[in-house]
Amino acid sequence: MSNKLIELKNLTKNFDDQQVLRGINLDIHENEFLTLLGPSGCGKTTTLRIIAGFEEPSGGEVLFNGIEISKLPPYKREINTVFQKYALFPHLNVMDNIGFGLNLKKVDKTVIEQKVKRMLKMVGLEGFEKRDVTLLSGGQQQRVAIARALVNEPKVLLLDEPLGALDAKIRKQMQIELKKIQREVGITFIYVTHDQEEALSMSDTVVVMNNGEIQQIGSPTDIYNEPENRFVAGFIGESNIIEGTMIKDFLVEFDGFQFECVDKGFEDNEAIEVVLRPEDLDIVEPDQAKIRGTVRNITFKGVHYEILIETELRTYMVHTTDYAEVGREVGLKFGPEDIHVMCRMGGY
Amino acid sequence: MKKNSKLSGLYLGILFFLMYLPIGVVVVFSFNEARLPVRFTGFSLKWYQELFHDRDLIQALKNSLILAISSCGVSAVIGTLGAVGLSRIHWKTKGVMEYISILPLMIPEIILGMVLMAFFYMLNLPFGMLTLLIGHTVFCVPYILMEVKARLVGMDPSLEEAARDLGAGSFRAFWDITLPLIMPAVISGSLLAFAMSMDDVVISIFVTGPRVSTLPIKVYTQMKTGVTPEINALCTMMLGVILLVLAVYLIMGKRGKGNKRDEQ
Amino acid sequence: MKQFKHLIKPYIIWASILIVVPLILIVLYAFTSDGNEVLTLHFTWANFAKFLETTYLSVILKSFRLGILTTLICLVCGYPLAYIISKYSEKVQSFLILMVTIPMWINMLLRTYAWMNILSDNGLVNNLLKMLGISPITMMYTDFSVIVGLVCNFMPFMIIPIHTSLSKMDKSLIEAANDLGANPFQTFWKVTWKLSMPGVVNGVMMVFLLSISTFVIPKLLGGGQYMLIGNLIESQFISVGDWNFGSAISLILAVIILIFMSLMKKMDTQDD
Repeated sequence: MSNKLIELKNLTKNFDDQQVLRGINLDIHENEFLTLLGPSGCGKTTTLRIIAGFEEPSGGEVLFNGIEISKLPPYKREINTVFQKYALFPHLNVMDNIGFGLNLKKVDKTVIEQKVKRMLKMVGLEGFEKRDVTLLSGGQQQRVAIARALVNEPKVLLLDEPLGALDAKIRKQMQIELKKIQREVGITFIYVTHDQEEALSMSDTVVVMNNGEIQQIGSPTDIYNEPENRFVAGFIGESNIIEGTMIKDFLVEFDGFQFECVDKGFEDNEAIEVVLRPEDLDIVEPDQAKIRGTVRNITFKGVHYEILIETELRTYMVHTTDYAEVGREVGLKFGPEDIHVMCRMGGY
Repeated sequence: MKKNSKLSGLYLGILFFLMYLPIGVVVVFSFNEARLPVRFTGFSLKWYQELFHDRDLIQALKNSLILAISSCGVSAVIGTLGAVGLSRIHWKTKGVMEYISILPLMIPEIILGMVLMAFFYMLNLPFGMLTLLIGHTVFCVPYILMEVKARLVGMDPSLEEAARDLGAGSFRAFWDITLPLIMPAVISGSLLAFAMSMDDVVISIFVTGPRVSTLPIKVYTQMKTGVTPEINALCTMMLGVILLVLAVYLIMGKRGKGNKRDEQ
Repeated sequence: MKQFKHLIKPYIIWASILIVVPLILIVLYAFTSDGNEVLTLHFTWANFAKFLETTYLSVILKSFRLGILTTLICLVCGYPLAYIISKYSEKVQSFLILMVTIPMWINMLLRTYAWMNILSDNGLVNNLLKMLGISPITMMYTDFSVIVGLVCNFMPFMIIPIHTSLSKMDKSLIEAANDLGANPFQTFWKVTWKLSMPGVVNGVMMVFLLSISTFVIPKLLGGGQYMLIGNLIESQFISVGDWNFGSAISLILAVIILIFMSLMKKMDTQDD
């Protein structure tokens, strides 16, 4: 995963008067499964379309193996796309859909047939060559779309919310399969989604975007455990976000108490925000913790209870397997490693 | 519901009877022996025989067919290009252009015919087949353009992007993907335009020359001077042809619609 | 996709030469005098002033009366038909709608000619009356024959748009109205009729537009002396040869139609 394959440098894009990308800088490596994650309208699909060549950036550079490609038409790029609604050609059968790119390159017919067969085997659709694509199920169409892109042996595969149109069960199954296919073909996947669970479970690298800007780049664990700002913390998983002050390295103050923590590198007395994940909080007897409150609500969520605890200053959300009846006085306990300190940002 | 169904069936029957009465009359009296369309005196094909010996009528039929085929051909090219072009541009004038594109179908035929007549006169064009051809494209193009435009609107834009992504240049993407997909609309639009051209009286009267007659013009002039039962025969035959074209059109349309449904 | 923008060029050239330029020409004609030969550009209101003469005013009033009457008859007869059709199963519906459209595909001249046979003094109807011992009635070359011709020719243009909006309607809306206590009449008036309004507006617009500008039907069923706006325009261009006046009438007709259409459009959007 060492070699840089694609570099986006200060990429901007305007549609009419609206700025949808405000300077994207991103390195994408070989064999990487990278996910662009964000709410709709955050610019993730535009970024993907610029890499594919369907849009030209208003400013900045797209480097592919060190060469600027932002003016190159899509058919000259070693990049293929799996479209959101598959975009299978309705007038061609499965075989001709998958062989479309190879046919254009004037590849020998028997070679095309072999390659298509190999692809169909990989995506689990053996024997589907002559089927009418319009009669396939959503999941099957999805597989044909993936095969159609991969048969051209691109260096990068772009996937634009490819699982969005599938139902929950097939989506889970396709997630696993996509990851398997990526390992098998060993190329870079750039995946766009607004589903945080999808992003966390499949990716090597997650890029969280909002408002045309990158909020954080990191591994799924980093993104979840060490969110860099309030947006990332709020978008990924549920969290308690509390404003506080960094007294000095390894010591933070919020809600009127000082806590030991594992973060450093902030200025002394810098205003910061703290993230406490609900599952990292434990409910204890009031005298065993600094922060105390009353149980206001408890909801059974299947594996755990979601408990809302009201303190003098705020309401904390706790995920725990222990039951606590409404109205009970409790304490909230957490360790130094459960406190995640982030820079405070304006505007949120 | 049950109680009303007989009544509504009756109403349906009466209205359909009135709508089909004139057509029935034409067909029945085309096989009538007597000259006057008053009483049916006996079955005869003599009006059909006379029709085939009427050189003027045969010539008019030829003119109509040549005119309809050529104006449809020209219109199919212009209309398809126009529809594809309109779907690609994002100019500020797009709204105005779309409005203009259907204008010939909104303006009364009489105004359209008169406008074209004055225009051709000013250009000093010789009135005849050429002016008829140009005149017919004016209402043929919008029919084809509208059909193709509707088809393009229903088409997923990522289909063409997918083709380009897979290595097709923009020309190949259009030729291999877009054109085959809009072809049913081009054909059904052309058939519609063909029927309209075969059928047109008003515009033709204004833009034709003194010596060139299409079938509808011939029928119109004969009706004014004095009606012969030949016209019944002719009308019955035209009806047959139109029904045939209609059948082809419907089959094509069904196929096009079928594809559309599959895409979703 | 930019590569295909130039595809529109042939269309633009065609549209500007054959739609835009001729229309400008007509406007020019309408406001100038001095014959058909060259555009001499003597600006004048005379062509419009001429229109205010009683003979011409009565023509426009007659056209209006006939247009409105035809539209009303088409609406009153066509709405129930469209409503009944929309109650059948989908297959029967498409068959019945096909039955409604087929007459449209048969030359208007043919159908008009057939009405001439049916309505003439010794035509079908009068023969039937004779057999029943009733004295024959003159029907040809009257308002009656013209209206029959117009209604029968343009009926499909009323039925089809109304049927389209009725069949698009969500059936559960009617059930909901019933469920909420509306009787069949209230359900029809408050739900069905309101929701079919776009179709009604479309149908009324089309029938009115067609019947106010027709000239073949009145000429054949009304006789040579029968004058509506369409016939007036035709005679100015073909027999009288006063193109300036003909253009002025066309322009007035076009303006009337535009006003009428925007009024109907407004009604449509208000109901939405």
